Amino acid sequence: MSDALADWKPDVLGVEGRVLPVVTAPAAVLSREGAEVDPVDPEIVQLAADLVATMRVSPGCVGLAAPQVGVSAQVFVVDVTQHPKTATSHGTFVLCNARVVEASRWRPGREGCMSVPDLTGDVKRAGRVVVEGVLPGTGEAVRLATDAFEARALQHEIDHCAGKLFLDRVAGAHAVYQRKVYL
Amino acid sequence: MNELAITVIGPDRTGIIADVSAALAEVGANLSDSTMTRLRGHFAMTLICTGPSAAEVEKALQPLTDLIATVRTVEQETDGAAAGEPYLVSVHGADRLGIVAAVTRVVAAAGGNITDLTTRLTGPLYVLIAEVDLPPAAADDLAVRLAEAADQLGVDVSLRRAESDVL
Repeated sequence: MSDALADWKPDVLGVEGRVLPVVTAPAAVLSREGAEVDPVDPEIVQLAADLVATMRVSPGCVGLAAPQVGVSAQVFVVDVTQHPKTATSHGTFVLCNARVVEASRWRPGREGCMSVPDLTGDVKRAGRVVVEGVLPGTGEAVRLATDAFEARALQHEIDHCAGKLFLDRVAGAHAVYQRKVYL
Repeated sequence: MNELAITVIGPDRTGIIADVSAALAEVGANLSDSTMTRLRGHFAMTLICTGPSAAEVEKALQPLTDLIATVRTVEQETDGAAAGEPYLVSVHGADRLGIVAAVTRVVAAAGGNITDLTTRLTGPLYVLIAEVDLPPAAADDLAVRLAEAADQLGVDVSLRRAESDVL
């Protein structure tokens, strides 16, 4: 199954991605649990391409979930290849209906979010995860094990698909900060 | 020995803490617990000190004319052992009047004691994070009541156990 992910590239989607506006809190769509999707539905394939395109034009963006472009669905893109905190990386990929099935090595880290542009927060996340989901376009099931920053990004995006923001997980009353650096 | 409760607030600038703490040190006021932070461009300090009389401290702070200071003599208190189980409440949503009042009333009604709370308003987004000590077995019921209050306010709320790893 992991070969399916290694072979997957955004080109597989076969449609041109459109850059969509990113919605910010307090938008209702960010608080709703996203619907499970049919990964071969042409609308979902287009959405996957749109998420890739929107992530790519957003400086510093390492992941984007469907609710962030106003669509209440369990689809997200991740690409942490350029980030200095990355250890394991699976390149650019989109997952549908993803779940964390194993999580360990919990550690705190500072997170921001394009949908909460003025704040960051300290959030404890698993440093090692196993995630299962399906690939858009092909509909193939994948199970991927990863760590460090990719693990954090996956948990952040899967939270978006469940209607949760990092603000729902911050570590304490003094763990929310005004953002100081904008990319 | 007097225990003093001191608040200082003024437009943020470089050197507020240095100026205030130097004035306190000059009159022998020993700073114990404090929080000092910037709130929307105002710099706010809340301090507990021991030492001289309130009048001496007031006089020492008077030259700092850009700051509003209050000094009160208070009874000595100690932080008791945590009275319950530590939880965190997060609230976020569109800003409106009464979010803090409604949420904290629900927490108080459940016997929850808020030990720390921060709010932030950024654009239209209002965020509240509270640390709460809850009586045993109160969390499930409080989660339901908070959800009801959040529904009425049109905001999101989450209640979760606070983790503290003792090393």
